[in-house]
Amino acid sequence: MTISRRDFIKWVSATAGAAAVSGCATTSGSAGRVIVIGAGYGGATAAKYVKMWAPDIAVTVVERGAEFISCPISNLVLGGSIQLKDVTHGYDGLKKRGVTLVRDEAVSVDPVKREVRLAGGNVLGYDRLIVSPGIDFMYDAIRNYQQAESSGRVLHAWKAGPQTVALRKQLEAMRDGGVYILAMPLAPYRCPPGPYERVCQVAHYFKTAKPRSKVLLLDANPDVTSKGALFKAAWKGLYGGIIEYRPNSNVVEVDASSMTVKTDFENLKGNVLNVVPPHKAGLIAERAGLITANNRWCGIDWLTAESLAQKNIHVLGDATLSAQAMPKSASMANQHAKVCAAAVIALIKGQPVNPISMLMNACYSFVSDKQVIHVTSVHAYDASQKTMLPVKGAGGVSDKASELEGTYAWGWARNIWADTLV
Amino acid sequence: MRSHLALCAALVIVFGALTSSAYAQDPNAARSLAATCFTCHGTDGISVGGVPPSLAGQDKKYLLQQMKDFKAGKRPATIMHQQAKGYSDEQLEQIAGYFAAVKPAATAPASRGGY
Ligand code: HEC
Repeated sequence: MTISRRDFIKWVSATAGAAAVSGCATTSGSAGRVIVIGAGYGGATAAKYVKMWAPDIAVTVVERGAEFISCPISNLVLGGSIQLKDVTHGYDGLKKRGVTLVRDEAVSVDPVKREVRLAGGNVLGYDRLIVSPGIDFMYDAIRNYQQAESSGRVLHAWKAGPQTVALRKQLEAMRDGGVYILAMPLAPYRCPPGPYERVCQVAHYFKTAKPRSKVLLLDANPDVTSKGALFKAAWKGLYGGIIEYRPNSNVVEVDASSMTVKTDFENLKGNVLNVVPPHKAGLIAERAGLITANNRWCGIDWLTAESLAQKNIHVLGDATLSAQAMPKSASMANQHAKVCAAAVIALIKGQPVNPISMLMNACYSFVSDKQVIHVTSVHAYDASQKTMLPVKGAGGVSDKASELEGTYAWGWARNIWADTLV
Repeated sequence: MRSHLALCAALVIVFGALTSSAYAQDPNAARSLAATCFTCHGTDGISVGGVPPSLAGQDKKYLLQQMKDFKAGKRPATIMHQQAKGYSDEQLEQIAGYFAAVKPAATAPASRGGY
């Protein structure tokens, strides 16, 4: 264990400062101001934990949505066993904790003045800024995509919300014997097992309601990127003849009028087209100068979640440049947020930052309305490589799909929702 | 001058203690490790709805034994056997100590949410 000179000096000055304060002076007002952009799994958790662990820090969250809508579990809306309201939650729990919520959109950040400008015109000052913007789509990667999307005929439904409901309606309206096409980009994308769960859910619906219909998954990846053997077993065992999987199938163009998708090799017609473009960090990350990798992702210091590009700004969740074997998942965003919250508090108070960081990921996937499989991994900070690495020998996947894990998946959902929002 | 020397002496002692163990440096190290469990077992180990079970306020020895049994494959599980293997025995002891010390009734009302 070594301690850097810089950390030591920081620590000494903090201690000396504390001694001086206790001797005579008193501080007034808050110990510091933290602004959080985005109240999804990363941002909401960070806001809650900064406030819970350091009530003397003022925490303000800027969020454009009125409610929290969970992507995890939302594929069940497509399968028909739940509704969107079942994965929708309010922000009252955060308010009760003393977090200030501002319903607005952050449009720019001045890292020198330490200010965030909002679409509504307000300017908020910060000591530390936490940016958890999720993903935005790279529309240019697929010809005619934006046109097709605004016509309402081609959806991504890769951010749970109105498009999830719209896609369910399209599936309901489709004739028996129709074809549903899901097209997925190359990894990294949000929720690695998500596409494979989604085709299970759609097939589950077709099996009972429209048994002559087909599901076609066009995957730009060379193979199933998560829980491959388990998903393939479900496709064969539960949905034999309904789901067709085509790897190495990258969609480059859509045509909403003829309901056609084009890959590098072929043109395919479908009755419902669910095309998901490649992703990048949410737009505000770019505007704040936080993008460090491939024009897409935000590199961070894994001990603090501080941006590698901008001081005093931290980035969480799907927008980060994922460390080795680290998925873009809700579990990960929730866990990044706690590491970040502890570090932000320490940095504001001039205390040492924890030199150890551990993160645990778990993703549960519903292969039917009740049967579930999981993948889990543990990640530890490696000081020599300055990154998170998967812990060897830990982690794994389910032996087989089970209803018992269905119960645990709902337990996970209820607990992560409360851990994030209440 | 005398107080300056005293401060230096105190710092040398504290600095020595800091270097002796990685954990001594961060008073919240156990909390940070335990926080990796909150995602499923609830904030501070207080589970919403009881699935998976609450860890808050459970006996430290019991918790540690369960984790070691998961790790060794002695207690059958769907997922815990894979996760327990990610932590050293020393870390598991810190985690067990953290949860054992949580008083379920005394935590913030907000952690018993309506989910
Ligand atoms: C992905 C969700 C998840 C995470 C994260 C998780 N657990 Fe669990 N835990 C479970 C489930 C599910 C069970 C039930 C046993 C099983 O099937 O694995 C369980 C059971 C347990 C039990 C047995 C409880 C009893 O009353 O006997 C203990 C102890 C436990 N977990 C400790 C931990 C600790 C400590 C951590 C953090 C290092 C942790 N868990 C993280 C899901 C999780």
